[in-house]
Amino acid sequence: MSTATEIVRLTVNGDRREVGVPTHFTLLETLRYAMGLTGSKQGCDKGDCGACTVILDGEPTLSCITPVWEAEGRAVTTVEGLASPEAPHPLQDAFDLNGAAQCGFCTPGILCSAAALLDRTPDPTREQIKEALAGNLCRCTGYTKIYEAVEAAAVALQNGARVGGESR
Amino acid sequence: MSTNGRKTKSDLKLIGTPMRKVEGLDKSTGRAIYTDDLVFPGMLHGKILRSPHPHAKIVSIDTSRAETLDGVHGVVTGRDMPTTYGIIPWTPDEYPLCVDRVRYVGDGVAAVAAVDEDTALRALELIEVEYEELPAFFDPYEALAADGSTPYIHDAKKAGRNGNVTKKVHLEFGEVDELMDSSDVVVEGEYFFEGSTHAAIEPHCAIGLWQAGGGFRGQDGESSGKLTVWSATQVPHYLHRELARVLEVDQAHVRVLQPLVGGAFGGKSEPFDLEFCVAKLSMLTGRPVKILYTREEVFYAHRGRHPFHMKYRTGATADGKLTSVDAEIVLDGGAYASFGLVTTYYAGQLLCAPYEMQAYRFDSTRVYTNKPACGPKRGHGSVQPRFAFEVQLDKLSERLGLDPIEFRRRNFIGSNTRTINELRITSNGFMECLESVERESGWKDRFRRLPFGCGLGVAGSTYITGTNYPIYPNDMPQSGVQMQVDRSGRVAVFSGASEIGQGCDSMVAYIAAEELGVPLDYVRVLRGDTDFTPVDLGAYSSRVTFMVSNAAIDAARKLRGMVQEAVAEEWDVKPSEVLLAGGLALWAPDTERHMHVKEAFNLAEAKFGTLGSTGSYNTPKDVHGEYRGGTIGASPAFSFTAHVAEVEVDVETGIVDVKKIWVAHDCGRALNPVLVEGQMEGSAYMGFGEALMEEQVFKDADHGRAGLHDGPSLLDYRIPTSLDTPELQSLIVESIDPEGPYGAKEAGEGPLHPSIPAIANAIYDAVGVRMDRLPFSAPNVWRALEAARDSGTLCKPATPAGVGAPAPAPELVPGD
Repeated sequence: MSTATEIVRLTVNGDRREVGVPTHFTLLETLRYAMGLTGSKQGCDKGDCGACTVILDGEPTLSCITPVWEAEGRAVTTVEGLASPEAPHPLQDAFDLNGAAQCGFCTPGILCSAAALLDRTPDPTREQIKEALAGNLCRCTGYTKIYEAVEAAAVALQNGARVGGESR
Repeated sequence: MSTNGRKTKSDLKLIGTPMRKVEGLDKSTGRAIYTDDLVFPGMLHGKILRSPHPHAKIVSIDTSRAETLDGVHGVVTGRDMPTTYGIIPWTPDEYPLCVDRVRYVGDGVAAVAAVDEDTALRALELIEVEYEELPAFFDPYEALAADGSTPYIHDAKKAGRNGNVTKKVHLEFGEVDELMDSSDVVVEGEYFFEGSTHAAIEPHCAIGLWQAGGGFRGQDGESSGKLTVWSATQVPHYLHRELARVLEVDQAHVRVLQPLVGGAFGGKSEPFDLEFCVAKLSMLTGRPVKILYTREEVFYAHRGRHPFHMKYRTGATADGKLTSVDAEIVLDGGAYASFGLVTTYYAGQLLCAPYEMQAYRFDSTRVYTNKPACGPKRGHGSVQPRFAFEVQLDKLSERLGLDPIEFRRRNFIGSNTRTINELRITSNGFMECLESVERESGWKDRFRRLPFGCGLGVAGSTYITGTNYPIYPNDMPQSGVQMQVDRSGRVAVFSGASEIGQGCDSMVAYIAAEELGVPLDYVRVLRGDTDFTPVDLGAYSSRVTFMVSNAAIDAARKLRGMVQEAVAEEWDVKPSEVLLAGGLALWAPDTERHMHVKEAFNLAEAKFGTLGSTGSYNTPKDVHGEYRGGTIGASPAFSFTAHVAEVEVDVETGIVDVKKIWVAHDCGRALNPVLVEGQMEGSAYMGFGEALMEEQVFKDADHGRAGLHDGPSLLDYRIPTSLDTPELQSLIVESIDPEGPYGAKEAGEGPLHPSIPAIANAIYDAVGVRMDRLPFSAPNVWRALEAARDSGTLCKPATPAGVGAPAPAPELVPGD
């Protein structure tokens, strides 16, 4: 028994891609299963946990409840697209330094939410960070180390740290 | 074998400083590989058909239509794997798939492997199962009262016994009744802990790969094959054993790999149906097979914290010394035993510190019910009684007119002592923990003095750092490490310890760098593969850092000795004068004389040949209680914790706003303070979620399908978001344990315990209302507030005479 498939066209981390996927595929399934971009995670199947968060045209988006056709022709940035060839994104370095990733499973989604926040709000308050991450569940850290990492990255960015990433 | 590497802080170069994790950047760049990220050529996708009934006989299963569906390659049922398993060797009561009976809504009955997930799901719909429904037990007291007129959930082990009882423990230490009767004050209370689930963000996932032939022979000597299983498990070694036993493959021909695990908290600490199913389906199809649980299936797999129904009587003298403690506990176990035998003991055994009591009795009974099986969740078996007991202490201190922190101080058990149930306590930093939270929270000025609606509460606890006895009896080490250095200066550590996010892979790297003097980025950790790493028993009971680090110190010191000897020979000095630090080998009397550590390794390789070593750690086996069950709870070291929580209660809505939790934890020594704080904050967060938000409840027949989980999703089962979580302040206390690696003890589970009672006690300080039942959700608190309003007791509790006054100087006992 075969499932109906179609070709979808997306720009992912700066690459223009065309892949054939079952018509019911979500953006997350397309990234993970059709494009080999396994950085974005599936934690809950239905938009509750935020582990699948990617940046779609600058907005943090739950890719597990986004039908892939809604992303057709749009720019997607995943965790794999945050770093430059020379260096990790300041957020990625700060998460590593500050112990903000324990099991690391929620981390890709949180990084995408945080990167979208820092793009809009380069010097966020603790409350703004909490607000921006409210759709991303972390079960390990109690969030404290995550806030500290986002704040450290904001400082680094304001001090001229380079933001990499093909699409950014 | 045990080398604990005690050093003074000034001797240590890296240990005790903030360091990156070995896999930290992989996790923040999306390169980290978890089980579901793996894809193999020809891989099939599996799905498991689950029971819609809480309790039923399986009359027949017809898989013929599923088998002929295009794209389906294999179907298995319970009859294909008719061997029971269980994490505790004495209670194997589960089949990989049910053979003749289902015991909860969600129990697995058949599994399929197909070319893709869609096809596998269609195939499940084509499997016809005929069930004969049986009366189900949902209430543990009903299960306990069963007389056999309807089938027990499991057959009784002996005729005339109640098959619904998993385990019953009754232990008594000292003259409980006499001391209770002669106590000046006795407090009685009934408590209910609802239970909760782990909700790790990564769902369980496993991949099986069977390679037939290849010269691998079976137990009968016939040609067989090799089985490889990748799994998001906390216990690769136990999974390895159970796969071999159930699937009848020589253990030497089973390989278990553990990719990075996306959180576990006890929820992945035993074999699960999917691991057997991917293996069996691969044996049937000859192709790799993957099964990934849906989030709903994770809720059915469960093994979360048991609901506890608890009754406590606690006595004290007028001057505030605990006398007698009497506990009666019923554990709602769900459908299978899991770790339940241990849970039933832990329910009582782990309460006997940090306070001294003169007599203690507990009666603990675990019963089966037709719900997903409960098991170990962070703070296994001891979080529930700790909640009840620390609230009891709060009630007692009020009756005695004592500050609750002062009351706890007066009952401090001390260090280098035995608990009343004969557990050995060595290092103990509990007094420093109390002092720390008292100071940081401004306790003396604020307890009982905040305005009505606002309050502070305190609680303390202890937890094991691993268990002295492994799950299956054996005399081999609990943890082993291999270490190897090469000509480039690079150090490889082969570790079988289970990295689940807590940082144990980093710990062995820190130790290799510390002991061999190489920079941290010279160390590689090769891990998670039973084919090339020594056995470590798994990530449970807060054992990992303590045990694998001691093993790593052992291995590293053997290598260091060889390097020192070779360099000493080159310089014509004593080996003890050769230091390895900062990427160099140095001559201690004059560090101007030094060489790069790489040159030192080359000298050692020239002298000794290829350089490698092994190290291991085993627990003390002569330290436990001399009674049946006295080995359960025995640990090489105990951690200690104290919390103060600050709350604001909205008396109109019942909403409790936890403003802040101060978390002081005695971890022995913080090997990497960043990771210790992360464990403390994560623990306090998890306790906070259980206290206020998380509701593990099931439908009854009036509200849908009886026994069905009420909300098996991360939307309905509410875990705290960033906006819900209070401010958490971690306060590390270091007691430097004599047996711990550089003095370290656990930090992953202990700091959860006091969260819940500290919040309950803070609610009382705020509004004078006792919350003896979890969770403290708005409806539950509102009802309690209404009852207090009706009885005219809704007010700030009176301030006892001793509260707020400086603590009296400790009495000097002659001979001390």
